[in-house]
Amino acid sequence: MSLDKRTWLIGSVKRIVTSKIDRMQNKIMMRLTIGSEAIFFISLMIAYAYFWQSGHFGQAATSHLDIFKTGVFTFLLISSSFCFYRAERAHRNGKTTPMVRWLLATVLLGFVFLAGQAHEYYGLLKQHLSISSSEFGSSFYALTGFHALHVLIGLVLISILLALSVRGYLSNSGSSLLATVGIYWHFVDVVWLCVFTLIYVLPYCI
Amino acid sequence: MKVLAFDIDRDLPQAHRDRKLLRWLSTVDHKQIGKLYLLAALLFFVIGGTEALLMRTQLAVANNHFLSPEAYNQIFTMHGVTMIFFVMMPALLGLTVYFTPLMIGANEMAFPRLNAFSFWITFMGGLLLYFSFAAGGAPDAGWFNYAPLNQNNYSSNGVNYYCMGLLLAGIGSVTTAINVIVTVLTLRVKGMSLKRLPLFVWMALVNSFLIAAAMPALNAALCMLLLDRLLYANFFNVPAGGSALLWQHLFWAFGHPEVYILILPAFGIFSEVFQVFSQKKIFGYAFVAGSTVAIGLLSFGVWMHHMFAAGMGNTVNSFFAASSMLIGIPTGIKIFNWIGTMYGGSIRLRVSMLFAVAFLIEFTIGGLSGIAFSIVPIDWQMTDSYFVVAHLHYVFVGGSLFGVFSGLFYWFPKITGRMLSEKMGKWFFWLFVIGFNLTFFLQHFLGMMGMARRVYTYAEIPGYTILNLLSSAGAYLMAAAALVLFYNIYMTLKQPPLQNKDPWNAFTLEWYADAPPKKKNFVDVPVVNSRRPFFDLKNPDHPDRD
Repeated sequence: MSLDKRTWLIGSVKRIVTSKIDRMQNKIMMRLTIGSEAIFFISLMIAYAYFWQSGHFGQAATSHLDIFKTGVFTFLLISSSFCFYRAERAHRNGKTTPMVRWLLATVLLGFVFLAGQAHEYYGLLKQHLSISSSEFGSSFYALTGFHALHVLIGLVLISILLALSVRGYLSNSGSSLLATVGIYWHFVDVVWLCVFTLIYVLPYCI
Repeated sequence: MKVLAFDIDRDLPQAHRDRKLLRWLSTVDHKQIGKLYLLAALLFFVIGGTEALLMRTQLAVANNHFLSPEAYNQIFTMHGVTMIFFVMMPALLGLTVYFTPLMIGANEMAFPRLNAFSFWITFMGGLLLYFSFAAGGAPDAGWFNYAPLNQNNYSSNGVNYYCMGLLLAGIGSVTTAINVIVTVLTLRVKGMSLKRLPLFVWMALVNSFLIAAAMPALNAALCMLLLDRLLYANFFNVPAGGSALLWQHLFWAFGHPEVYILILPAFGIFSEVFQVFSQKKIFGYAFVAGSTVAIGLLSFGVWMHHMFAAGMGNTVNSFFAASSMLIGIPTGIKIFNWIGTMYGGSIRLRVSMLFAVAFLIEFTIGGLSGIAFSIVPIDWQMTDSYFVVAHLHYVFVGGSLFGVFSGLFYWFPKITGRMLSEKMGKWFFWLFVIGFNLTFFLQHFLGMMGMARRVYTYAEIPGYTILNLLSSAGAYLMAAAALVLFYNIYMTLKQPPLQNKDPWNAFTLEWYADAPPKKKNFVDVPVVNSRRPFFDLKNPDHPDRD
């Protein structure tokens, strides 16, 4: 590859500048990754739906789960996506301080979501609903658990972005890092919307 | 500080210039990684082949006690898992990552470090799987690992290693697939539109989408199984409300596209080989490319033909019988494309071409036995018998493995700068083909006579012993053939390199690079105005026009 087609560190100004072709590659790569992960989540959701009738999921969900509390945490996760979008916009306009603030907000909201999930799990375990107690338990914990893992991965990625931006690598626009991580983070949010609808909302509708 | 430099050889860190092992272990060069894949495939081929020989020795005579039933179960499971996930996938993906950049005029894959990661995690998966032998026993529930046999109370600890090993290998395959797609979409040299892609690259592209879409279903199933086994979840645990059928759905939703994943790169290799060794361009490029896309899409709509005997009901069975018959058509189209390529060409029956011609016959036989299964009552009679074993080996060996052999003989001069001996190659070819047909053709009859697969021995039923004995003899012939191949490779590598970088008078861009290619594949690339840019370069008075 010729010299000008790579991400590189320019002299003493430690900015990351992504070339056009790298930006395109990163975007395609991340979209393919989330496509593959989407099928993983769809497989888990199919397993969930498979046991709906036999496991009396409608009844199990309405009796064990708190749609309002989780709804609040869902709203917080959506807000974190909004914060990330604002961070991306700040980066594109070259404004580093707002970008750092919005990234920090994203991470904090993400952690609050995970804390809420942990709290919910704790409550469910006290009600003796574990992964081994029933079909509903297995499917519920698998689906929400893998989602939580993907949230954690996203938070690690965003923390790396924060570290880079604090050190000055993301000052000025030009890096494709935020756009790429953004695709992943918004995907995690959309997956949660689907999971939330399937597990929490649907029992009240059918 | 510049990350990339023009003269990579000069600017490699001193450690890499002095330490060969470190270079191999830390390389991000797609050519080195391709070779690592091929070496890993070779290692697992020897192990998987040994497992096959052990099985055939056990089955050579009736009521044999060479292997205990428990040992036999572990051996046939490991043979299947090894050959599919740790021989064929690495061999085909290794050739893919080696040649895709070269064929599109690129100097590297889109994500070189990801490429290295993919290889090493796949290799780790294989090691983890084999560690099971030292940890209480290998998985023993068959390569498709059905529930409830895969549950804690019915199988050994090895099934945990099956899950973990395949999860790692699956991650390696998906990351490679993503890498290949991004490479093909963004790094093609100027003039090479998607309609001018070499067919090997076209197949690699479609195949990569298949891998990225199919592996997640397996990953989900494996995760659920691990949750069942380690945390006592209830996905496949029938007494607790789980479903054994769910495993079959998830596994075959992966498993069927997987067999197309294994054959498409071979189709790509053969498309190149038929052209070069008939000295003629492919007959009906658009049909080959288009039918590949059709196969890719249809492959997701046939999975329940593996479940005809599971009692899904006639409506479901009819749909999948029809879709399975339908998917035979695009493959059949390709066979005619290849025959059409040979027709009127000046054919050179080098070893590479011998495997290609043999493939046409063997894969057709395998395809015919396969399509027979789409007739549901035939499937009900033949399922889990040796007829299936015969079918799957005709397509996997006669299709995929022959593709690897053909590609090996075709591309060896490019990868190493030396040509494999044609004489030893022909011995290898004939020994292998005779052994292969002896082993597996007879198994069609054994299956029709009712011999069940995955059973460690059989009674003194008329006809069984002689057919099994001959079948085992064929396996030993194949082993002898493999030894000839290894000797061929060994002797060839000891020779000095050739000066000819285009020994076959080929058409595609990889032959323009040096043999073996320099670290930086291309300093300059020929202008691409057609599907055969290297042919155009050599024949400026009558170039291709597309």
